[in-house]
Amino acid sequence: MTKRELWVTNACLTIAVVFALAPVVGIVLVALQVTSPGGGITSLTNLTLHNFSTAWAQGYMSDSLRSSAIIVAISVPTATLCCTLAGYAFGTMRWPGRGPLLGLFVFALMIPIEGTLIPIYFIWRDVGIVDTYWAVILTEVGYSMPFGVFWLSQAFRGVPRELLEAARIDRASTWQTFRLVAGPMCMPAITTLAALQFMWVWNDFLMPLVMISSQGRLTATVSLSFFQGEYVVNYTALAAASVIVALPVVTAYIFLQRKFIAGFASGAVKA
Amino acid sequence: MNGEVALARSKRRAKAGAHGEPRLLAFAYIAPALLALTVVLLVPLGITVWLSLEHWAGVGHMTWAGLANYRVLLHDSFVNAAVKNALRLTIFYSVFPIVIGFLIASALARVNARLRTPLRALLFLPATIAPVVVAVGWRLIYTPATGLLDQVLRGIGLSSLSQDWLGSFNLALPSTGVVATWIEYGLVMVLFLAGIQKIPDELYDAARIDGAGHWAELWHVTLPGLRNELMVAIVVTVIASFRNFDLVYNLTSGGPGTATDVPVLEVYRRAFQYGDVGSGAALGVTIVALIAVITLVALAITRRWLR
Repeated sequence: MTKRELWVTNACLTIAVVFALAPVVGIVLVALQVTSPGGGITSLTNLTLHNFSTAWAQGYMSDSLRSSAIIVAISVPTATLCCTLAGYAFGTMRWPGRGPLLGLFVFALMIPIEGTLIPIYFIWRDVGIVDTYWAVILTEVGYSMPFGVFWLSQAFRGVPRELLEAARIDRASTWQTFRLVAGPMCMPAITTLAALQFMWVWNDFLMPLVMISSQGRLTATVSLSFFQGEYVVNYTALAAASVIVALPVVTAYIFLQRKFIAGFASGAVKA
Repeated sequence: MNGEVALARSKRRAKAGAHGEPRLLAFAYIAPALLALTVVLLVPLGITVWLSLEHWAGVGHMTWAGLANYRVLLHDSFVNAAVKNALRLTIFYSVFPIVIGFLIASALARVNARLRTPLRALLFLPATIAPVVVAVGWRLIYTPATGLLDQVLRGIGLSSLSQDWLGSFNLALPSTGVVATWIEYGLVMVLFLAGIQKIPDELYDAARIDGAGHWAELWHVTLPGLRNELMVAIVVTVIASFRNFDLVYNLTSGGPGTATDVPVLEVYRRAFQYGDVGSGAALGVTIVALIAVITLVALAITRRWLR
């Protein structure tokens, strides 16, 4: 690299880092201000955590974080399990109709939630689960299928055939082969999927906005949106509430960043 | 989801012929996933098409509408504004992220690997934050006169540039667009970086022997090497532009007037607020059809490249 190229590279990356981080740092600083009448920063040294407790109380954070946690805790493992089982079948077994059925899941990658949300809402209303966690959980599980099944079919396809045959020769059942051979080998792909699903479910907005109306059951994102819409604008508390809602996924991202990025780079852009 | 990649891969699969063990037990393994897919995606998609052909307020009787709901959309000023805005926003959702993502990815490819991984993680951070949080945060930043942006402008002596960023008819859309770019560029960057690392070093060596400079290298080696990634990036970001809801709902609610109204916001309002399920469903069907067309066209083009 010539000196000029090096300079251009460094300048490019510096600008990018500032563009990426300045808004994040700015909002965190607003959340830590003792007083901020107009949403700006008044002091860089005199900081407080008090706004977080204000946000916690005024923004109904404990209720909404619990709602989101319950929804994630049920929907992510359920979805991951369904996708893993289906991925194992699509990736390692041969049966009539396999191709068209996998095609159905791949076709469904193109169906965005806007195209189905209206009937889903009325179906759940008739079933009587609108305004409960189940309406959100069942919808999230369904919407996790197209990408998850496709992603794990690929992963299970990568399990060497000799290993599967060796397991059969040792008289392992299909289930045992899954539990003891194929499943453990695909664990990295399965945890990547679970991490992505956690992020998608936690960050989701439109669907839970439609499904849940009771204050105590709102998800974290919907609750934050309502908090912003209230008449009394408390800028520091609003900034603190934003930080609280973002924190679970950002924390997971910090620890699992390679998995998140690998998932995205291989085409994990959810419809 | 970039369905076109998925489709391309599954076709190649099918050509590779039968594989694995013959097991009818497979049906038991796919049953839960297939059930969830059918109940939440396939059946509702069909019902949306049916609802789009009815007049219905969400309760009470339905009356057959035929294509009336679609005709209404064509002449509706809100829908027209929303579609125009979605098209304008593709500049911020698609063009800017692709340019920025390309520049960052090519710069990242040149720094040493120990610096590259943490930098990539840092630069991808905006894409992981919930769009709702991003919108609430940026609305704070855009607060007229007292918000962070105007504070920074004042700090560097440019307070004359202060604006009502989200409240003015001319600025609301570009201000929203900047936030969209902030969310989208990370994904493009990650796609391009993975693509660049697959370009063989020999191509760069050959270019250098031919006396290509740095920019010539980017233009003649890196960019052509990224055409599949570029196609994926275009499809994904254009679709994101037409699916925008979280951002606009929380930044501007579509205002002022219809300055930042978008199609999905209209779907939501019609079906869940105005009690006009039919035209909401018709707009939903239109968005799905549009996404399918974009994806399939891109798939056809990519296939031709692969041949």
